[in-house]
Amino acid sequence: MTLEYLQNYWWVLISVLGGILVFLLFVQGGQSMIYTFGRKPEQRDVLLQGMGSKWELTYTTLVVFGGAFFASFPLFYSTCFGGAYWLWILILFSFVLQAVSYEYRKKKGNVYGHNTYDAFLFVNGLVGCVLLGVAVSMFFFGGDFTVRRGNLLTTCAPVISQWGNAHGFEAIFNARNLVLGVAVFFLARMQASFYMINRLKDDTRYDAQLRRAAFINGGIFLVFFVLFVTLVCLATGYTITETDGLTTDIQEVPYKYFHNFIEDWWIGLTLVAGAVLVIYGWFRGCFDNKFRGAVWFTGIGTFLAVVALFWCAGFNSTPFLPSLADPASSLTIRNASSSEYTLKAMSYVSIVIPFVLAYIAYVWRKMDK
Amino acid sequence: MEDLSTLVDWSRLQFALTAIYHWLFVPLTLGLSVIVAIMESAYLKTKNEKWLPITKFWMTLFGINFAIGVATGLILEFEFGTNWSNYSWFVGDIFGAPLAIEGLLAFFLEATFGAVMFFGWNKVSPKFHLASTWLTAIGASISALWILVANAWMQYPVGMEFDPDQMRNVMTDFWALFSGIAVNKFFHAVFSGWALAGVFVIAVSCFLLLKKHNREFAILSIKVGGWVGLAGLLLTMYTGDGSAVQVAKHQPMKLAAMEGLYHGSEGQGLTLIGIVNPDKTWDNDEPEYLGHIAMPHALSVLATHTWNAFVPGISDIIKGYTINENGDTVNTVSYQERIARGLAARQALADYDAARKANDRQAMALAKAELDKNYEFFGYSYFKSVDEAIPPVGLTFTMFRVMVYLGSFFLLFYVVALFLVYRKNLMDRAKWFWWVAMISTPFMWLCSEAGWCVAEVGRQPWTIQDLLPTVAAISDIPASSVVVTFWAFAAVFTLLLVAEVSIMVKYVGKKSAVNILSDNQK
Repeated sequence: MTLEYLQNYWWVLISVLGGILVFLLFVQGGQSMIYTFGRKPEQRDVLLQGMGSKWELTYTTLVVFGGAFFASFPLFYSTCFGGAYWLWILILFSFVLQAVSYEYRKKKGNVYGHNTYDAFLFVNGLVGCVLLGVAVSMFFFGGDFTVRRGNLLTTCAPVISQWGNAHGFEAIFNARNLVLGVAVFFLARMQASFYMINRLKDDTRYDAQLRRAAFINGGIFLVFFVLFVTLVCLATGYTITETDGLTTDIQEVPYKYFHNFIEDWWIGLTLVAGAVLVIYGWFRGCFDNKFRGAVWFTGIGTFLAVVALFWCAGFNSTPFLPSLADPASSLTIRNASSSEYTLKAMSYVSIVIPFVLAYIAYVWRKMDK
Repeated sequence: MEDLSTLVDWSRLQFALTAIYHWLFVPLTLGLSVIVAIMESAYLKTKNEKWLPITKFWMTLFGINFAIGVATGLILEFEFGTNWSNYSWFVGDIFGAPLAIEGLLAFFLEATFGAVMFFGWNKVSPKFHLASTWLTAIGASISALWILVANAWMQYPVGMEFDPDQMRNVMTDFWALFSGIAVNKFFHAVFSGWALAGVFVIAVSCFLLLKKHNREFAILSIKVGGWVGLAGLLLTMYTGDGSAVQVAKHQPMKLAAMEGLYHGSEGQGLTLIGIVNPDKTWDNDEPEYLGHIAMPHALSVLATHTWNAFVPGISDIIKGYTINENGDTVNTVSYQERIARGLAARQALADYDAARKANDRQAMALAKAELDKNYEFFGYSYFKSVDEAIPPVGLTFTMFRVMVYLGSFFLLFYVVALFLVYRKNLMDRAKWFWWVAMISTPFMWLCSEAGWCVAEVGRQPWTIQDLLPTVAAISDIPASSVVVTFWAFAAVFTLLLVAEVSIMVKYVGKKSAVNILSDNQK
């Protein structure tokens, strides 16, 4: 296994974890429906029972996603997390609120009342989805940072990665980033609706309501997603040539990401396959009243689309976090990765992933029976 | 970065805040998960129905505590990136791996089987449920293993080398991460969780005794909690002894700070009671203590398991005296020289970088040789004076004593608890002990937090021992941002803690008014 192979392997794994995470954001989507579908107390309980049985999976995937990113691409961890401080802190803050809310909301003596915990869940549903979308969008539209390893040699300001003064707010209030943030938010709400239909099985009392919610949210998602993909395809990106982990050439390439979708045809194909599955699942889920498995089509489609976006951002000599301040500082899967030894050691560990997925699936089948 | 020191202080404060809150919940998770698993095992083994409500009662309290531990844990993981950016790059190649493995191998195990444990009573077979309860406990301990491996590595960095091209450290031996220090630290922390959970179980049980409706429930719980807690505490003490020897070898400055010792001697005594002199510095003639009582030879025995061994103090270490791998006193490198060699290493790195850019292979080789020769003191290059390399002595000294004295008190506590519970009906009449148990409970947490305080404050100013001080490990963010997030986290964590305690109190209060065993059978 060469270093290059390992870097590709780990980018694929990060993409897979990212895809699973976005799929599992249906939990957040469901939480954001507390004041619409869940306006009636009975429906809120049904909704939150559904989401409450899965929230730990989303949470754990987020933890693993963070840990895996740290282990495989530490320069991303140090640059983006330490730089876009407010973006990540707000995301984390919302997940802290979520972690206790399911357990505490109905418990006696919870001090603040269940409405407060429900509000926490709503905040996590909204902020978690939108800001994670913004964070992923930075893979295409860049961040305001520089990386100077030589800073380590100074005493007064030894920090290698430096970010602009807004520290993440500039990313949050960037319209192009928000397009993906909004898309992820409505995608999660559509997924939550389909998940509930699937979960409730023979209980059809809420079908019409949920299918209508899926139709509206799915429609808004599709508009914003098409807009995002269009913006990505029109964007100018960089092609970075590297030798031994050091940048030797940087070229500005108009329609860079569109080229990536075409040149690496399998990336484009994955995106199209994902989009087709989402649209098929959405359409049938909304209009076929007997169809209860739409969440699997939209879920797998979401997974494929996210994976394709990650691949488009990171492969074909593309920096997965372009620097707006200094193109030479842009992060690629070559210059941001861990060493060959660490990637190899972690690759051995990654062999357990299928077993982990298998026991999760086994346990949940038993629990859902 | 004009406000560098302020930023470092607030970043440290925020991390300390998160870690302290996290550790309020984690030891209870570690210990209570084992206690609950033992109770459920008793239920399946004996088929005695009484064990079922006992198991469910403690499992509910476990669940209330578990959620908030999860919340604070997430922040800790990501704070390495948000607040310790340079650290994440400088050692991320090594440090990231255990964090990722923790998530993959332990956290999923905990979360998945935890869900079966809480919600699967009527959905899976009794044996599968019991297996899930044990897997949750094992998952929690495996999670702790990886985190403590990472923490131990920060204090004793091994299995790596510096890569001057990338200006970071890279892993060379994954298995070296499981050093004796890591293994010791793991067992010390996990067993301390057992000890803490045992006190918690006994205290809540004593409250139930006070309310008079749950005698049998309380007695059975005290027996399980007492034995697990006692075993945990004895093993914590045993591993703590191992820790002291390792600290003496690898972090002598921490040991000296724990003791407030500036000038060591052979057959060094251990201060039993004392007040550290705040005016004492390593290079003045002020007395070390404003007053103290010492046990002769005890520190020598504690640090080296030898009656007459020399234990160096802060001034000795700064001048270059320390204990080597074999426990012998040796004259090594003074701190002044360490700073000089750290600067030489930094200069060599700068030369290497310049030579690499000029593609001058010969100059690169020369600079690399110079760098390798001095790299072990790289971190000292960030200090202007040796004073910056001394940890806060007063706090470390005090917390060490808080830990040891409270730990000793709880050993007595367990012995008394088990004596009372096994001598027929003695516990029923020992109202005084019920109150002692309830009043003592917060002190067990204090004891546990004090242990971490010794470990972490005592190793200041290092994030990575000798290689990266806190001042060079931070993120480039305004101190004001960290101030805001510090108070935001402080507020949220406190509000959630209040809710947690309140829910527990309400639940225990409600259950104390009925007979839990018979109520469950209705």
